[in-house]
Amino acid sequence: MKKKLYELAHSRAGDKGNTLMLSLIPYNEKDYPMIREKVTVEKVQKHLKDIVEGDIVCYEVPNISALQFVCHQALLGGVTTSLGMDTHGKSLSYALLEMEIEV
Amino acid sequence: MIRIGSGAGFSGDRLEPAVLLAEKGDLDYLVLECLAERTIALAQKRKSQNPLLGYDPLLEKRMERLLPIICKNKTRIITNMGAANPIGAAEKIVEIAQRLGISIKVAAVTGDDVLKYINADDRVLETNEPISSVQHVISANAYLGVEAVLPALETGADVIITGRIADPSLFLAPMIHHFGWSVDDVDLLARGTIIGHLLECGGQLAGGYFADPGKKDIPNFAELGFPFAEVESDGSAVISKIEGTGGLINLAITKEQLLYEVMNPYEYITPDVIVDFTSVYIREIGPNRVEIRGGRGNKKPDTLKVSVGYQAGFIGEGEISYAGSNALGRAKLAGEVIYERLKEEVQDLRIDYIGVSSVHRTTYGQSHPYEVRLRVAGRAATLEEAVKVGEEVEALYTNGPAGGGGARKYTNEVVGIVSTLMPRNKIDVQITIRESVKNEEKIV
Repeated sequence: MKKKLYELAHSRAGDKGNTLMLSLIPYNEKDYPMIREKVTVEKVQKHLKDIVEGDIVCYEVPNISALQFVCHQALLGGVTTSLGMDTHGKSLSYALLEMEIEV
Repeated sequence: MIRIGSGAGFSGDRLEPAVLLAEKGDLDYLVLECLAERTIALAQKRKSQNPLLGYDPLLEKRMERLLPIICKNKTRIITNMGAANPIGAAEKIVEIAQRLGISIKVAAVTGDDVLKYINADDRVLETNEPISSVQHVISANAYLGVEAVLPALETGADVIITGRIADPSLFLAPMIHHFGWSVDDVDLLARGTIIGHLLECGGQLAGGYFADPGKKDIPNFAELGFPFAEVESDGSAVISKIEGTGGLINLAITKEQLLYEVMNPYEYITPDVIVDFTSVYIREIGPNRVEIRGGRGNKKPDTLKVSVGYQAGFIGEGEISYAGSNALGRAKLAGEVIYERLKEEVQDLRIDYIGVSSVHRTTYGQSHPYEVRLRVAGRAATLEEAVKVGEEVEALYTNGPAGGGGARKYTNEVVGIVSTLMPRNKIDVQITIRESVKNEEKIV
């Protein structure tokens, strides 16, 4: 069965310059190993292909059962000079949560 | 144990929750973090137009409400609301205190303004080009750490007002000052930095920016309270908020805030310490009470990060709405027409469809919105050129598709930010005292 990450986890976006950070935090810590296995960098890169131009790095944060995706060249140059609507990329947490995984 | 409250998470933050926290929080320190990356460059511009200004525009409003309370409750304020002019801000605070009949001592921290030390061949971190590649530089401010705040705390000042200080350092400094921690004890510095990082965004740790109705509900959201920490001498803390305020403090929210704006959770770099965020333990210990325990650190970096502000021209914007059948079709036609009319004159033209794909710059799944708002943004070297973008959008009224309504136009001056690194020994921190009873200047 396919499920949106929105059903399983929450996320907050942050920015530094042209870099976007997206946390991915399962509501239930028991889902952490499954999410860690299924939400790979490759899948996230493909899902965010229209948004993230650079590399994506995933950090595992086991003490809080969470992942942190750090996405480079993702914010049209960054908050100070971007022509975009959401110059910080703050709404992009919900772009990640649109991703579907097989559970 | 000391109690440190978070009274602002950004320059324009709400004042009421800070007043409530100051009144009822039994706080030793109230920290107000009001300085985003670009804010100081904008403040520098205001100061160049009027040397008495350049501090936070809400300084007076906040201080008028907070000074009587912190005086009564013996709470000390630490804030970066000094922005580009901490001494001017200190003088303004003294002026307000005198008007209110309050006796107060204010310490201004300066030394973050390093514009005169910037070298043409310093490297821009984002591009690896020399600084000389950045045109029209208007400001350069180093992220100072606790070493700049501690001497101000030692003066006994009631209010410590700074320019650019790393956000967590504003919270870490009073812990070091109170508990007598060694600035070489990297694990204690790491723990204090984690607490500061959690608190620095004000309401965000109390359920602000978390709510999603039906999924992540926040009680009494309109009355959202601001958080405070009860910090112990071993660097552990309990995060809480004033009883009766709205919002929520729980494990999920604290997790979100721990990772907020973190580039590398294994190496969170501040001017004071490099922190491993995977070494901290967080648990709920009661309603609206979360315990933070543990945390390891490594020695601070040899260099300080410097934010360099530069003039980056202007952005012109225009918006207009379409609704009903084929709303998206008409909005797209309008976008094409605008593109043809502006493409020769405006560099970097961006066309978005609000309600469809504007904030994510793409869309997941199909949508057939009832209404769509066309938004056009363009970059220009001058204000005169930037104005044209909005004018062309407004002209769609009589020169565009059917049924366009609610046109709006904006222009903004753009200040860009790049970063560079600077050796610590170039920094010269000064503390300037201003008092409301008798004015005297002392430099240490």
